[in-house]
Amino acid sequence: MNVQFRPAAERGAPAGAVTAIADCDIHPARRSMRDLYPYLSKRWQEHLETYGGHAYQGMMEGPPYPKAQPNASRRDAYPPEGGVQGSSLSFMQKQHLDPNNVVLGVLNPLNTGQGLRNQDLSAALATAVNDWQVAEWTSKEPRLKASIVVANEDGSAAAAEIRKRAGDPNFIQVLLLSRNVEPLGQRRYWPIYEAAQEVGLPIGVHAFGFGGNPITASGWPSYYIEEMVGHSQCQQTALASLVLEGVFARFPKLKMIMVEAGFGWAPSLSWRLDRVWQRLRSEVPHVSRPPSEYIKDHIWWTTQPMEDPERRDHLFQTIDWIGWDKLLFATDYPHWDFDEPMRVLPAGVSDADRAAFYLGNAKKLYGLT
Amino acid sequence: MARHVVAAVDDLPPGTRKFMTVDERPIAVFNINGEFFGLLNRCPHQGAALCEGPLIGLAQSSTPGEIEYTRLGEIIRCPWHGWEFDVRTGQSYCDPRRFRVKAYAAHVEAGASVVKGPYVAETLKVSVENDYVVVDL
Repeated sequence: MNVQFRPAAERGAPAGAVTAIADCDIHPARRSMRDLYPYLSKRWQEHLETYGGHAYQGMMEGPPYPKAQPNASRRDAYPPEGGVQGSSLSFMQKQHLDPNNVVLGVLNPLNTGQGLRNQDLSAALATAVNDWQVAEWTSKEPRLKASIVVANEDGSAAAAEIRKRAGDPNFIQVLLLSRNVEPLGQRRYWPIYEAAQEVGLPIGVHAFGFGGNPITASGWPSYYIEEMVGHSQCQQTALASLVLEGVFARFPKLKMIMVEAGFGWAPSLSWRLDRVWQRLRSEVPHVSRPPSEYIKDHIWWTTQPMEDPERRDHLFQTIDWIGWDKLLFATDYPHWDFDEPMRVLPAGVSDADRAAFYLGNAKKLYGLT
Repeated sequence: MARHVVAAVDDLPPGTRKFMTVDERPIAVFNINGEFFGLLNRCPHQGAALCEGPLIGLAQSSTPGEIEYTRLGEIIRCPWHGWEFDVRTGQSYCDPRRFRVKAYAAHVEAGASVVKGPYVAETLKVSVENDYVVVDL
């Protein structure tokens, strides 16, 4: 018998055999906006100091709903050297990448110029955060790969940023958010899709963002829990718009990833789209195939927050419809609704499907060996 | 069941908690208003270090429109997903049918009796003059 005292910070992930994984949703954080100043011109630094950034969301700063944990992040993820959760590469390595055997981590920076009304500031911040990702993260940690952040409401500026990063192996996807000024299939966003297809990068559409619209289709809700479950609803309207505006017909090589919005709704949305399309097809003749076919051909899904039905056969039936080859494992580190890698899949999954789920699908989609 | 001396009472004043590994199990011991509680520091949901979360009260509603906030400081809220557990019993308030965190009895023993044993305190120096927190494991 022995009694040992260990400080909490020394503990990593649970012991046991840990499969090598891809984590397709990691959020690197800034200690403050000033972390981006080395990558911003003096003009925009002074603009931020004087005026700040104005989001489409009215009359307030920060997220529209208060979060359940500080900075929407795990309370055990504060770096020992100070700063908010997710702002230290060395602590991310120690707490997450090393113990969870993350061999590929996809960075998705949030609140970095997306959804700002000042389009020139939005574009400048997007460029800055892309430079920051390379300088502070991917160049120091080869397991991490960056997302091209774009001024999402300015299609031509966004397309220019995408083309500027073409061929740079630090970047493996374009990042969009689900809440925008208009549904994502609208023509103002087409230059983004055209550029992404041209440079051969998939587009990750992450839940959240600032579009100035109520965050549910029936208005502003009372509770944060309604925002949390509302992400899947918002993502459904974005995906329906992409299909029905003909984005996948127009850009047939485009690949998109639905990030952090669930996947259990994929079959029911597709069934409904197909059924109504059979009756209203003449309204949208540019949608020449059943909507479900576009979804099956063009859409991948990150897993976190993992669907967690009472009966595992319901989960397996849903995944059978989607395809085990279309799921990308993600943790959402350091956010509070983090999924622990070895606890998300119930028993009964074949070794081949497990390998695809945790790593193989991501490597194939992102073209990594 | 072994009895482990985990702290001198003076080193664990009200409002504090102490983390340790006992028999290869991560444990936290809390002093809540002079009462001591031991909990396994591993959330049964996804394995987070549960006891690093905040101690909150229990918000309940027996009828719509009425909210009672009781048990102040006796509910531990997981630092990851916010799952709530009763520090007295380990009961989950989110999914009591499937989940429970292991609770360990903790109490104070006088140094005079601790010195006699049978207790395990390999890393603590025990003296007759002090009182100690003892956890049954």
